[in-house]
Amino acid sequence: MKIHEYQGKELFAKYGVPVPKGGAAFDVETAVRVAESLGSWPVVVKAQIHAGGRGKGGGVKLAKNVGEAREHIKAILGMNLVTKQTGPKGRLVKRLLIEEGCKIAKELYLGILPDRETGMHLIMASAAGGMEIEEVAEHSPEKIVKVFVDPLAGLLDYQAREVANGLGIPAGAMKQFLAMLKNLFRLYVDYDASMVEVNPLVLTADDKVLCLDAKVDVDSNALYRHPDILAFRDIEEEDPHEVEAFKYDLSYIKLDGGNVGNMVNGAGLAMATMDAIKAAGAAPANFLDVGGGANAEKIANAFRILLSDPNIKGILINIFGGILRCDTLANGVVQAAKETKLSVPLVVRMEGTNVEEGRRILRESGLPMTTATTLTDAAQKIAAAVK
Amino acid sequence: MSIFTKEPIRLIVQGITGKDGFFHTQKCAEYGTNVVGGVTPGKGGEKAGDWPIYNSVREAKAATKANATMIFVPPPFAADAIMEAAEAGIELIVCITEGIPIMDMMRAKRFIADKKVRLIGPNCPGIITPGEYKIGIQPGFIHTPGGPIGVVSRSGTLTYESVFALTNAGYGQTTCVGIGGDPVNGTNFIDCLEAFNADPKTKGIVMVGEIGGNNEEKAAAYIKANVKKPVIGFIAGITAPPGRRMGHAGAIMSGNSGTGQGKLKAFRENGIVVCENLGDLGAIAKTTFK
Repeated sequence: MKIHEYQGKELFAKYGVPVPKGGAAFDVETAVRVAESLGSWPVVVKAQIHAGGRGKGGGVKLAKNVGEAREHIKAILGMNLVTKQTGPKGRLVKRLLIEEGCKIAKELYLGILPDRETGMHLIMASAAGGMEIEEVAEHSPEKIVKVFVDPLAGLLDYQAREVANGLGIPAGAMKQFLAMLKNLFRLYVDYDASMVEVNPLVLTADDKVLCLDAKVDVDSNALYRHPDILAFRDIEEEDPHEVEAFKYDLSYIKLDGGNVGNMVNGAGLAMATMDAIKAAGAAPANFLDVGGGANAEKIANAFRILLSDPNIKGILINIFGGILRCDTLANGVVQAAKETKLSVPLVVRMEGTNVEEGRRILRESGLPMTTATTLTDAAQKIAAAVK
Repeated sequence: MSIFTKEPIRLIVQGITGKDGFFHTQKCAEYGTNVVGGVTPGKGGEKAGDWPIYNSVREAKAATKANATMIFVPPPFAADAIMEAAEAGIELIVCITEGIPIMDMMRAKRFIADKKVRLIGPNCPGIITPGEYKIGIQPGFIHTPGGPIGVVSRSGTLTYESVFALTNAGYGQTTCVGIGGDPVNGTNFIDCLEAFNADPKTKGIVMVGEIGGNNEEKAAAYIKANVKKPVIGFIAGITAPPGRRMGHAGAIMSGNSGTGQGKLKAFRENGIVVCENLGDLGAIAKTTFK
């Protein structure tokens, strides 16, 4: 789960990781008051959306006085911010972070994430701050310092020094940097972060370390033990269908430009079903994995979410029953199709655990639907139906 | 013949009293797996069906001489269950549980690293040697005993699709392993490829991957260097958009790494026969395995 920069900085402050003085605001007058309350100029006005590249998109501006601050606040709040990460549709800015400016001597990059290949924590740091780490990795990988941290031992002192030395931290800032890194690592572990990124991390003219940005993503599997992170959730940043799916514990992702809704059990099969729909000449409108532990009610909710997308011209259900039994699936489909008065073509393909019982339930329901035998057969039938 | 197991299986089930846990325990037993008991803390001394329940894996092992476990424990407690089983000396741990926090799994993986244990999963369908035993949630009837094909897959239901296609094309299976869709897991493609390559009954291999990470690329290089048997490869998620997590925590493409096209390219460059549409697997098997 993503959280906003200002929320990440709240966590940083709580953990003793230095961030600039500042505050969040959701309207112009509050934002101006925050700017004035900082007590020094310039201040920085930063758009808060769940996407990077905000500066280049015009969502971050420096103000030398209150007049400029008000001007920038009015311009950014309510703007449609288009960045490399938002896609061409952009994102409406509803929240701001107002911060004091600082004299930057050097910009650095610092990130911590779980490394899937080794099963270790990975600290990545680079003296080429401000740039995207992917670019640095591609063009000058030797500029990236990588330190792997054993999950049982935690971050060791010498490893923290390795990061500092790799970044060329000056002696005057060393003590503060090491404390910052240890605190940041503690935060990353405590909050089950799937990524903590500070870009840029700056050295100021007076040799202080300061995090000008804070990106914290939290492992959604671990949210059950982080109620304070759940409270940070901003559903306006999410697709309404995905918000609805989240409520029912469904794994749903909306895909742009699709016309075939599909419901599948298992993430791999769901992806393969999307691929098959595309190969058959139609376009998948979503990814939807109902999961292994689905019950009839969950299936019914999944069905409703699919049908609430007006672009959908047909639905393909592809279930290979393992932990999810075909009879459970069939009961859910029948219940949902009756409740929602299904009005688009439906193709069902089912195999696996309790498949005979599942097929019987569908057959005896009297619902209008086409059955299919294989994945290719199912994809071709739904593609023909939506043409 | 099965990879990863030698002696007769004596299986316990951690989380046997849950609805899914009990259902699939029964299904495994019906398939022929020797289930000897279960573990649910606080329910020791009771029974699940005819199976005795123990409070801990250590107790269960002492009483039943179990050498394998199947884990259905809910995600907040599943990593602990893995470590408990490893510490008790269970050699084969199959973790079905989906949704374990990644940091829990990192600790568990590190914890078991120096122990003599094979962890399959988590977030996986399990392992099956058709006609002999299954440890997992696979629908048994889609499999065909006797080989000669080994199947390894990151996805549960995709494994079933592949196995069913092989069965329908007339190919039985030696062992089918679902290694799971999580980014940090116990057994990877290369572990399975190595075992299949060494298994005399296995004459060909089907490898089912998906977008995200670089395990498929590494496996492809391994195959070119080491595997002497024909391999068919499939990748799910070719049409998935980048930067979005497709259900499996591991299935996310970031930047230029983990893309479907990159994986297919790695397959082709390393002599793996690519199956682009899973519906064609049966036909491709007929020309590849002969």
